[in-house]
Amino acid sequence: MTENILEVRDLVKHYPVTRGIVFRKTIGHVKAVDGVSFELKSGETLGVVGESGCGKSTLARVLMNLERPTAGSVHYKGQDISRLSGGALRRLRRQIQLVMQDPYTSLNPRMTVGDLIGEPFEIHPEVAPKGSRRGKVKELLDLVGLNPEHINRYPHQFSGGQRQRIGIARALALRPEIIVCDEPVSALDVSIQAQVMNLLEKLQAEFGLSYIFIAHDLSVVRHLSERVAVMYLGKIVEIGTEDEIYERPTHPYTQALLSAVPVPDPTLRDNKAIIRLTGDVPSPISPPSGCRFRTRCWKAQDACAEQVPLLEIRSGSDHPSACHFAEKREIVATHEA
Amino acid sequence: MSDILVSEQSATGADGSGRPSGRLLEVEDLRVEFRTRDGVAKVINGVTYHVDAGETLAVLGESGSGKSVTAQTIMGILDTPPGFVTGGQVRFHGKDMLKMSAEERRRIRGEGIAMIFQDALSALNPVFTVGFQIAEQFRVRRGMSRADAKKRAIEMLDQVKIPNAKGRYSNYPHQFSGGMRQRAMIAMSLALDPEVLIADEPTTALDVTVQAQIMDLLAELQRERRMGLILITHDLGVVADVADRIAVMYAGRIVEEANVYDLYAKPAHPYTLGLLDSIPRMDEKGQQLRTIKGLPPNLMNIPPGCPFNPRCPMAQPVCREKLPPLLQIGSGRASACHFAEELVNRD
Amino acid sequence: MSDPSTASIVSTPPSTNPNEVGAPTDAGLPGNARKEKPRGLLGDAWRDLRRKPLFWISAFFILIFVVMAAFPSLFTSGDAVNGTLANSRVGPSGDAWFGYDVQGRDVFARTIYGARASIVVALLSVMGTLLIGGTLGIIAGYRGGWVDALLSRFADIFFGLPFVLGAIVILTTFNGADSSNSEWQIMALVIMSLSVLGWPVVMRLMRSSVLATKEADYIVAARALGAGTGRIILKHLLPNCLAPLLVYGTILVGSFIGAEATLSFLGIGLKTPVVSWGIMISEAQNYIRVSPYLLFFPAAFLVTAVLSFVMLGETVREALDPKLR
Repeated sequence: MTENILEVRDLVKHYPVTRGIVFRKTIGHVKAVDGVSFELKSGETLGVVGESGCGKSTLARVLMNLERPTAGSVHYKGQDISRLSGGALRRLRRQIQLVMQDPYTSLNPRMTVGDLIGEPFEIHPEVAPKGSRRGKVKELLDLVGLNPEHINRYPHQFSGGQRQRIGIARALALRPEIIVCDEPVSALDVSIQAQVMNLLEKLQAEFGLSYIFIAHDLSVVRHLSERVAVMYLGKIVEIGTEDEIYERPTHPYTQALLSAVPVPDPTLRDNKAIIRLTGDVPSPISPPSGCRFRTRCWKAQDACAEQVPLLEIRSGSDHPSACHFAEKREIVATHEA
Repeated sequence: MSDILVSEQSATGADGSGRPSGRLLEVEDLRVEFRTRDGVAKVINGVTYHVDAGETLAVLGESGSGKSVTAQTIMGILDTPPGFVTGGQVRFHGKDMLKMSAEERRRIRGEGIAMIFQDALSALNPVFTVGFQIAEQFRVRRGMSRADAKKRAIEMLDQVKIPNAKGRYSNYPHQFSGGMRQRAMIAMSLALDPEVLIADEPTTALDVTVQAQIMDLLAELQRERRMGLILITHDLGVVADVADRIAVMYAGRIVEEANVYDLYAKPAHPYTLGLLDSIPRMDEKGQQLRTIKGLPPNLMNIPPGCPFNPRCPMAQPVCREKLPPLLQIGSGRASACHFAEELVNRD
Repeated sequence: MSDPSTASIVSTPPSTNPNEVGAPTDAGLPGNARKEKPRGLLGDAWRDLRRKPLFWISAFFILIFVVMAAFPSLFTSGDAVNGTLANSRVGPSGDAWFGYDVQGRDVFARTIYGARASIVVALLSVMGTLLIGGTLGIIAGYRGGWVDALLSRFADIFFGLPFVLGAIVILTTFNGADSSNSEWQIMALVIMSLSVLGWPVVMRLMRSSVLATKEADYIVAARALGAGTGRIILKHLLPNCLAPLLVYGTILVGSFIGAEATLSFLGIGLKTPVVSWGIMISEAQNYIRVSPYLLFFPAAFLVTAVLSFVMLGETVREALDPKLR
């Protein structure tokens, strides 16, 4: 079934910048997410990549209803969930869950693993009757590759990779349909990353989960995602299948990003199409007019400052790209593993 | 006692200064332990490596491998207690730094060997301007006047490609972006023209486009100054791009040493092989990630024999009994595995 | 009552990342796995406390004082309230180890019975302070915004009141020289005034603790699961914010023992026929030169009690400090 399980339309999240302590005056807005639209199909993984300040973490929070959007909508199976509250919001949470980045701070240090994984059942008592909860927690521990006998241990007695598994077990407890993964492997060692990535894949196959996988590591994202969205300064600049994005990138930023990723193959050292961006990322409080990337783009023309390029399919590109001069360029020489 | 690889450089200082010297910087059989109230952790267990002028040695390892502690010991900034050096030598131009007085070591720090860190925010003092901190090096160590020191500091900021160096001289660290701060830290460490630069995960906290810029900068500065660069990292992509030689560390020892091409093409240690197999590559489709099962060892209780044996897919009984020494297995290659030859000669 | 030493008590627990530490304490957990007993952070803290001799010494004294307060007859059979004038200011001897006071009462008996008033008042006052300050601190820290601004300004007003002066004003109003309050009424008044003047510090402590913890990832995770405000505060915030309060509260008991003594000495706190160390010290002030033992014994007990609580607080703080782990 490839229906859309999640539809995001023109999502906006601005944070006010205030001055003063007692009487606050708003002097500007941090435009963290500034008009983002995409779909998530059932059972697929949508990767969201971008560098710091692009808004992907804010996007995660808004999708999880941890923040109210300033504008726009998020539709889950046809229902607008962006403005829910109370009991309806609580019930929604059973369907969309979160795995966080830092395994060392995302688990309450004073709760046992059993309490941590069992908490979803306490908050949503209708999911599992009281007597069955402990059994379910042990099942979950086993599912993520941990020893169910360790149910009474505390987080600090586990390694980083194991703690991340606990976080995944907790997210899985209510059998959600969508899991938002906010940089789930960035804080882990290289050899542990692979373990957790394989676990996420296995769980997706077993439970038909849909993932929104947010990360800055382009290699990790390619490995796990069917489709990828590239974000820059609060907007999606390019979106497509992983083939399209990695083999036929059309937006200059995507191209620069891909060319900057070092590939673990020394023989490719001198052959790289290296695009070096100049300048710093502009402040999200006052992003450039028109196309936000124009201040660092080698293709920038006057039109770029005047007209905001929309994310749509263009003549130079077989997938949506937000550039007036979108043009295919091969950066990554893909081969079969 | 591990065999020391012979480098192409002659033993009498190739810098032409005529100084009688060994290699530029050499660590030999270094041993460090951490004494905590829960026990003693053997963090470094006989590490030997060297770096020569103009070359880049990458020290590759994950957390707990001891790569950062080795660097801290070289710089003399190891926290003592709980860290204690229990053996080995660290030779700079042939002289053992561990036996030098604190005064001598301090002189070498900055002028002979400098270090940059992962987090520029904690390396730079937040209450002084960046320019002031760089100029201070010139004032204190070279006795320059304030005006001269300021001039040189601005030159350094220019060299690390910070735009508007003159204006940014009086900015505070928090006013710089992450990449710019890293450049400022590089400027500060290179102010006194060190011969060796140790970079401890310099780009791990940076965005990938900024990472590329910083690595480029380091390569350029190294070329200009003929510096030896020790790059400490866990990022196999960065290493492939910039390293000349690589030392792979695990549980406080070097398990493999090779030039960069050999290491990636034909790893000679199961750990290296496991690492290479477990990283996703951006240019590959349909990859199956093979993982290294298990966890790194508890350094307070390292298993007998090869420390990697509980996780090694090729482990045999001998691996649990005998610690494999780091042995040469070809020109410029060494591996600490009983079955290194078999591994290299596979298909 | 502002207390600069509280600045060091609030410490945000850092993420213990083995990347930063040379000796990874949680790598290779199979080693630890052999110990089957779960060890929470409190369990770890207890393990540390057990090893400190200072903890045992202060705990020992506190235990003695508490037993003294609860069962004074275990320590003495003397009469703390009545005496024979014939014994007025007779020095320490075999019959009366601490001698007799001006009214001929057994000083030893009075000192033992005095523990009750001092300790009870101090303990109840601390509980009151922690309750008021803690609750207001949680509300201010969690809600933020104008609620926080309002409560913080409110606390500032109380901060501005000099402690002793404030206590004097409150107590002279309600407990003046001419009033005839019963023993329990007087105690309640003293407890109330100490709590009312002491809560701002606790509120500040709790508030900064909450502010630091509020944005922690695990709180976000709890919200993402659908946890309501009550659950978050009680199950997630409170257990992680209590440590500074525990430490400060322990030290505060010592502080309040001294405070009560001060107030009683000034004549506005507890009054005869209640026995407390403060009252005894007050009564001794005219006879310091001639019968120094009248001052010495209650003062020694007072100082020991105060010190014991302060030391206990110090050791607990060290044991709970995540940075030292």
